[in-house]
Parts: sequence; C-alpha cells; structure tokens
Amino acid sequence: MKPAAFDYHAPETLDQALALLRDHGEEARILAGGQSLVPTMAFRMARPSVLVDINRIAALAYTNVEEGELRIGALARHAWFETPVTPHPVGQLLATIAHSIAHAPIRQRGTFCGSLAHADPASEWCAATLALGGTLLLARPDGRREVAAEDWFHGVFTTAIAAGEILAEVRLNLPRPGWRYGFAEFSRRAGDFALAMAVVAMRVEDGMVREARIALGGIGGRPILARDAAASLVGRPAGADTARDAAGRAAEACEPQDDIHAPAEYRRDLVRTMTRHALERAFAA
Amino acid sequence: MTWVGRSLRRFEDPALLRGEGRFTADVAIGARIVRFLRSPLACGRIVSLRPPPDMPADALFITAADLNGTATIRPMLHRFAYRPVEQAVLPADRVHFVGQAIAAIVAPTAELAEDLLEAIELEVEAETALVTMDDALRPGAALVHGIAHGNVAVEGIVQSAECDTAFVSAPHVVEIAIRSHRQNATPMEARAGCAAYDRATGRVRLTASVQMPHMLRTGIAELLGMPESDLQVIAPDVGGGFGQKMALFPEYAVLVWLARHHRGDFAWIEDRYENLIASAHSRDQAHVLRGAFADDGTLLGLEADILANVGAFSAYPTTCGVEPLMAFAEYPGPYKVPAYSARARGVLTHTCPMAPYRGVSRPVITFGLERLMDRAAKAIGIDAVAIRRRNLVDAFPHQTVTGLTLDDASYVETLDDAVALLDIPAFRARQAAARAEGRYLGLGLAVFNERTGYGTPAFAARGMGIVPGYEVVDIAMTPGGEVEVRIGASPHGQGLRTALAQIVADRLGLAPDAIRIIHGDTDRTPYGWGSFASRATVISGGACQTAADKLAVRLRAAAATVLQARAEEIVLRDGAAIASNGSSVPIAALARQVHQRSDLFEGFNLAETASYDPAGTFSNACHAVIVEVDAETGHVRIERYLVVEDAGRIINPLIADGQVRGGVAQGIANALFEEVIYAEDGNILTGTLADYTPPTAAEIPAIEIHHRETISDATLTGAKGLGEGGSIGAPAAIANAISDALAPFGIEITEIPATPPRIRALIRAAQAPR
Ligand SMILES: Cc1cc2nc3c(=O)[nH]c(=O)nc-3n(C[C@H](O)[C@H](O)[C@H](O)COP(=O)(O)OP(=O)(O)OC[C@H]3O[C@@H](n4cnc5c(N)ncnc54)[C@H](O)[C@@H]3O)c2cc1C
Repeated sequence: MKPAAFDYHAPETLDQALALLRDHGEEARILAGGQSLVPTMAFRMARPSVLVDINRIAALAYTNVEEGELRIGALARHAWFETPVTPHPVGQLLATIAHSIAHAPIRQRGTFCGSLAHADPASEWCAATLALGGTLLLARPDGRREVAAEDWFHGVFTTAIAAGEILAEVRLNLPRPGWRYGFAEFSRRAGDFALAMAVVAMRVEDGMVREARIALGGIGGRPILARDAAASLVGRPAGADTARDAAGRAAEACEPQDDIHAPAEYRRDLVRTMTRHALERAFAA
Repeated sequence: MTWVGRSLRRFEDPALLRGEGRFTADVAIGARIVRFLRSPLACGRIVSLRPPPDMPADALFITAADLNGTATIRPMLHRFAYRPVEQAVLPADRVHFVGQAIAAIVAPTAELAEDLLEAIELEVEAETALVTMDDALRPGAALVHGIAHGNVAVEGIVQSAECDTAFVSAPHVVEIAIRSHRQNATPMEARAGCAAYDRATGRVRLTASVQMPHMLRTGIAELLGMPESDLQVIAPDVGGGFGQKMALFPEYAVLVWLARHHRGDFAWIEDRYENLIASAHSRDQAHVLRGAFADDGTLLGLEADILANVGAFSAYPTTCGVEPLMAFAEYPGPYKVPAYSARARGVLTHTCPMAPYRGVSRPVITFGLERLMDRAAKAIGIDAVAIRRRNLVDAFPHQTVTGLTLDDASYVETLDDAVALLDIPAFRARQAAARAEGRYLGLGLAVFNERTGYGTPAFAARGMGIVPGYEVVDIAMTPGGEVEVRIGASPHGQGLRTALAQIVADRLGLAPDAIRIIHGDTDRTPYGWGSFASRATVISGGACQTAADKLAVRLRAAAATVLQARAEEIVLRDGAAIASNGSSVPIAALARQVHQRSDLFEGFNLAETASYDPAGTFSNACHAVIVEVDAETGHVRIERYLVVEDAGRIINPLIADGQVRGGVAQGIANALFEEVIYAEDGNILTGTLADYTPPTAAEIPAIEIHHRETISDATLTGAKGLGEGGSIGAPAAIANAISDALAPFGIEITEIPATPPRIRALIRAAQAPR
C-alpha cells in the first residue's frame, strides 16, 4: 500500500455523499473512476484523509438527451462514449475523442465528470466541453448551481468548484443542424496525455463559416478558447486556406508552456498543425 | 530430423501466460517489508539522520552505523588507468546521486513501512552536483571521488602513427559528433529480493530478481564477511533483466544482513519510481568519430573520441569500464579498418550509476559508425550501399585492428539480402513522388556485427579483477530416464529451458520434454556466470552438448552390457539404445537398470560434468527501415522494419525471432522514445512511466525477420549469440532513415532519441532565414 491512511465511505445516494462532504470538510475527496486520484495518492502527492466513493450512486450513471442537450451524469465512463451516445454529430465527435483518452482499461473506469473535476490541462473532455459551450451542474447541500464551461477552469487542476460540492452532471449543447465538429491531437505514444489538441465547433452555411469556437488543450495551465482565430473564420469560405490562416492565428496567440516533454516553441508548432487538422476535419464533416 | 532447428513452443510460456509464474514477490509473501530512504539530493554531506519519532517496537531502522564492518563494493580493473571507486552499502557521510539508498526501514506491513519512511529525519547539506560530462570534465571541477582525478574513472588510449598518416594523406576526412542520451533498461519486473533465515542451519536464502545468482552470492558473502556457503541465492522467474540485473546492488546486501542479524525473513520489492531513478542507467555517451576515406570510398583510418557518463559509482562486477571500453575495442565493427586511434573515457558524475544494458555500447557505436558511413557516402558522392560493400570484411577469419578475430560471417550477404528485399529503386521513385506532395519518406540501413558468446579471454583482456567466462553443466539421468541438466547460466525470459533441451535431446536420442533444465539456484547448480552478453545459448549450450555427449557414451556402454553388443555399434535414437543387429532397449529401462542393478554395471553411474569457455564469435545483421517523418510535428512513423540476421545455427527459430523482435523494440525506444532526464541540480525528472516513455505495442511496427546461417567453427554447436542484436541495429538504421527523409532540409540526425521536438527544432533551424 502506497497511499497515506484514509477513511473510506461508499454512499448510495447523492444526498448521503453531500452529507459526508459536509461532515468531513476539506479533508474529504470524491472518488469517481480513480484514474487520476489513485495514482496521485500512490505517490502521496494527494493525501485525503477521507474518500467519498460515489461509484455506488446508481442515479449518477447515465447519459441522456433532453431539451436539446446531452446530459452526462457523474458516473458516465469514458468508454461509454466510444460508440456515439447520440445520433447528433456531437455523438460522433465524442466517440472520436474517447478513443484518444488513455488506454482501454482506464476508459472503463475513468469518468467524463471526473475529468472535468480534475481539470488536467490536457484533458480531452475539458477542451471538448469548452468548445461545445457546455454547462456544469454542481450539487451542493442547499441545492444546485450551474457554471458555464468558460468560467470553470481556473488553472492547473483548479476549477470553480467550492468545498462540499459534487459535479453531478455536465450538459453539452446539441444545436440545430448546420454545426460541424473537428478534433485533432498529438501525443507521443498511444494513450498518452496529448502535447497539444484542438477541438472545433462551427456552423457552416452555403460554404461559409457563420459561427465558430476553437478550444485548445494541453498547452498551458488550462484549456483555452482561441477567440481571435475563431473570429477570423467567420464569413470566410470553408477551405484549406481559411484553416491555415486561422491555425496560424491560434498558434501565434497562445502561450504554451515548457516542460520535459515539449519546449514551448514545439507546442506552438503543434497548436498550428492540430488546429489546422481539426478545422479541415470539421470542413470535411 | 533433429530437434535443433525446430520452432518448438517454449516450455516456459504456459505458466507465465496463465499467471502461474513464480516471481520474487510471490515468494516474499509473509516476509517483513523493507523500504529504503533514498537521497533527495545529488551531492551533499549527511548532517543528520534520525529514525522516525514514533518507531513501533516491531519496526527497524537501519543505517550505515548498523552495517559497521561491512566491506565496500569495489570492483576492479587492472588496466586502462582504472580508479577503483568504492561504494558503501549504505553511505555514512555523503550522498552521491538522487535515489541512492541511505537507510532502510523494516516494518511488519507495507503501509507502516511507507509511513515510517516518510517520518525519517534526514538533513543533507547540499553541494553543487556535477550532472553532465561537461560539468565533470571542466578544468578545476570538484571531484565526485577523490581518487579519480578529473573525474575520469577509466581511460583507454590507442594511438597509431599509421592512422595519423592516413588522415594526412586521405582525400576525404569525414567527421561526425554523436550523442546518445541516457536510458533505463526498464525490465517489466523491477528489482526485488527476499532474504529468509533458516534457524536450523543458520543459512540465508536470498530469492532475487537477478541475472547472475552465483556472482551475487560471491559478492554479498564478501561484503558481509560471511561464509559463501551460508548463503543460497535463487533467481526464480525473473521478469526481464537486460543487463540491469547483473549488478551487485547495495539493497540485496542489506536484505541478507537483516536476515542474518535479525533472524527472520525480509523482502524488498522495488517500485517503478525507484527502478527508474536508482537502479542503473546506460548509454549516456558522446562520441566524435572521424573517418579518412579514399576517393572510391575505401576507409583508410578511423579515429574515435569516446565519452561515457558512468554515474556516481562502478557497478560490480563489470565495472564502469564496460561502456567506454567496449566502444573502444569494438568501434571498427564489421568493416576493414586498417588504422585506428581512439581515446575512451568513463566520466564520473553525481547521477545514477551505469550498468550494462542489452547491446551495451554497440547501439551507440553502430549509430556513430553507420551515420559516418552515410555522411561519407554523401561527401564522396557514392552510394550508401556501395560504400558499405567496399569496406565490409569479406574474408575470414579477419584480424581486426583492435586485435579481435572475426570468424565466418555474412556481412556483405546480409546487406545484399536486405537491399534486394527492399527494392531500393522502387523506393526512391516513391520517395520522390511523396516529396512532391510534401511528405518525407526515408530509408536507412545499419550493418553491424555483434560479439557474442565470449568466454574468459575476452574479459581477461579488459583486465577485469573478476574474470567471467566459462560455464559448467552437470548432467544426470534419473532412474526414470529423464535427464536433469544443471546449468550455471541463469535465463530470465530467453527460453533457455527449451533451447538447451533441444540441444541435449538430439545428442541422447530423446524428446526435449524428457530434458529438465535446472537453473537459478546456487544450491542446485554448478558455479557459473549467468545470462548476459548473448552468451548462454552459445556457452551453456556448448557445455550442454559436451555433457550430453559424455552421458551418451555412458548410455551406450550400459546398453552394450545389456544388449551384449559393442558400445561403438550402438546408437541412441527415438528413446532407445539400438544395436547394429536391431536389438534395442528403451533408454528409460536402461536408466532404471543402471541405477537399481548396479551389481550388473560395476562402478558405473549416469552423471557427467562438462564445461565450455570459447573465445567468442561474431554474429551479424543488416537492419533496414523505411520511415515517414511528419515535417510539421516531427513525428516518425515506421513503415517497414526489416532484419536480415545471421547468428549461425538457429537452435529454435521461434525463440530467435522473439529475441530479435524484443531487441528491435528496445532499439526503437532508444532511437525515438526513451530518455532519462536530469535537472541541472541533479534531480531526476523522469520518475514515472508517463515521463520516461518506453514505446507501447502501438508504436512498434511489424518486424520482418530473415535468417542466414553461417556456421563457423568458433562454437561447438555452430550457434552464435543473438540476444542483443535487435537493440544494436535499430538506432542507427532509424537515424539514417530519418536523415534520408529529411535530406531536402539538409538535416542529419546525430542525437538520439530523435524525439518529435528535437526533429522539429532541426527543421525549424533549417528553415530559419540565414
Ligand atoms: C495512464 C493514464 C493515461 C491517461 N491518459 C489520459 C488522457 O489521454 N486524457 C485524459 O483526459 N485523461 C487521461 N487520464 C486520466 C483519466 O482520464 C481520468 O480518468 C480522469 O482524469 C479523471 O476521472 P476519474 O473518474 O478517474 O476521476 P478520479 O481519479 O476519481 O478523480 C479525479 C479528481 O476529480 C475529483 N472528482 C471526480 N469526480 C468528481 C465529481 N463528480 N465531483 C467533484 N469532484 C470529482 C476527485 O475528487 C479527484 O480530485 C489518464 C490516466 C492514466 C492513469
């Protein structure tokens, strides 16, 4: 056993889980798929003294479509998305993305909401939620609150979540037809966290881009929207030149980080190429 | 029809595949848990070291003070200006690298051991660490060890006037500086040991994940000053070694000390973090290589300046000379090199010590030499294949400029085979078409030879204080007619139980499943050196063959008595001893008679011993690879990987191909993926498998393998070693292929691993306005 000692609770309802969080305060951590939390505990980088395991809360294990939104419960596993969860093109986007997350066994356990709660800068789900303009639904002892994806990410592993809250659901917009999506990432080995990624969502009408969002991940402390690059697409024809220009803007505007896997300059190169690929894939969709 | 040459499935595999293997951690269940406190600093003075404040009564805290009287690890070389640096089992006053074991905690449970480990109070006064070879070689640099002036622990120099002349008069002098970054062999099973005390006999049984059980026993007995026969070392199933598990590590000495002094069972199962930072590293080398060439591409002389970062200590028994001196002696490779000058230095730094890793220096020297060949071909304006053909040794035996004898091999033929299989003209057309689309394909070749199966003389030439080499085999037939073969070698994944059984079976007219190869237990096997250096099939196999032949003589003599025939007319075939008149007796029945009716066979038994100690042999191969480089991301995709291998007689093609594939995978890791990275202060940044990045199955392409079988008389069985070749050829072939792909940018790969960021940096620099 590598982790420091901890107490373990496995509540069966969301209310029980919230009560446990309230009782134990800062000491307590949610355990979802465990694919990020358990390794950090094994290194003793995280040492919660209380774990609240939400895996038995059956009511959190769902994805469904309601009111033009895809609703993803806290126990929806990465692997669930490998086949499209909705016929809407977003379903296909999520399926493509799912295959890029970690390895098959990890995808059986790891959860979509856990990825958003953990907020790894290179999490695919985080970039996707940002690109799709998602909403995060937090359960708290006195009810619920909503946070827009754009307000969620504060920095490396830090989010807008407050003590005692559980991320109960993520909602992704399933807009009316006309929207297309694209995803591209670069990682050294199959299953590695990406060194850079781009997720794009755009509305194309009569061959012209009308609306666009580009989210970039893996390059800094948190996923970001490449607003200038996205704005530059609007009113331009869907095509290789448009993609190249916008990708160049995204690369110039971002501030990538340096680490042992990639110098900043290299990440910038990747942002350019991944943005271009993602845009071309969306155009071709 | 012989058993040798057949792709018999490995006897070892069913248990391993079913999860029924028996590894050290399986044996360790129930033992007290040992954890080591590891140095957080690369260099400094231990100011204070105190046990955890609340030590439970059933826990132990062990430091250098407890081990008082224990000797230091001090392997020896009697040549090459070797400085015998010493390593205390646990340091009393100074730390030398991040991860060095400083103290041990023993607790009844793993949880408690971890908790106590954290609570140890350690204070180290930091001093400036020398991390890179540049740091350590800088004039006036501090010394890692007082006895090694200039931080050079070992130095080989050969200066040749002929070589100087060649360089003065040669029309072409081509130079290349190469850099190979540091690797960890990363065996699937990390290090592990369990020392158990036997109260009845006072002996200790150390079960450990090691490659050289006999050597480990000798080394620990010397360190602890105990009778060697009071220690039994067992290497059970071992999950890979690749050289990393040859060394005598301090941790094992602590385990045996604990078992003796505290009369109990103590286990240390290393975790991945420890293995990555504190086991042994390798291949941290920088070379400058110069070749003098004639106009037709003939190599006239070779000069090498070799630097190897050997880390903070010298691994026992190979010493820290193993990398620099191998590069020094073997740089000329498969080529006719008429004149050679070289200087090789092993440089001490405050980093994890170097130990052999599959191929040792040969992946690096092949990278250097094969890049030099490509660069020379370009400079002279001849073809990359032609320059190799012109210079490869093609008449045998060949005496090399460094005094090695190259036995019969197929250097030119394997190259020709590879070239034919590749269809280079078709590739060049495809390459041109791809370039027109902005896609970059490249083809790379690497020809090399691999010194294998070498015995005492080769190690003695290095001046080793402990000279490994021979292997001894004891063979005996049971009354039931099975053959028990006890070997000193210690396989750990090579399938030796199967391959050696095939050799023995043929000599005795038995099926391989009647042959039991017994290994990895110092109580049950004759003294031997172990499995490393592509030697076991050759040396242990040769000894097995001789032992089996001697046993066959005995069986024929016994059969002669039973069948009333002359021994010379008896053959052993299909499980029977058969006389020329057709009468026969099953070998099993014969064995029972010899054992149980010894009155009929006076003074007779069915046991023999044989040993073998060959001078060595060279296997060889040509690797050829086609890659596609994405110029925007620097990503390298291997489109085709081809190996034409000649390891003499192939005992078991299935096993041989497995060895080649595993080696190539590690070579690809070396070429493209793996790098141990230190921060400037000597802290290590690659302590997880997310940061130290071995390729996964997804990154390893299909590997196409072709064999040639040149039978030289250098070995008894005709077999040559092939355990390391895969890893030797891959870095060079891949670096050449990437360089070919990126020729339009004028880029050449001189640094490995050639990671995407490195390749992109080269492309960016090439495209920058000048
Ligand atoms: C080898 C490996 C490779 C990986 N590669 C990738 C990759 O390429 N891309 C990628 O995105 N991820 C990758 N991961 C991480 C993986 O996707 C995780 O599963 C994911 O980051 C976290 O989800 P989880 O359900 O496992 O969360 P856990 O590990 O259980 O929890 C993570 C954190 O989030 C908190 N948390 C979890 N759920 C909630 C909730 N509902 N409400 C509030 N807080 C919560 C926990 O308290 C904890 O702090 C990899 C992991 C491994 C081990």
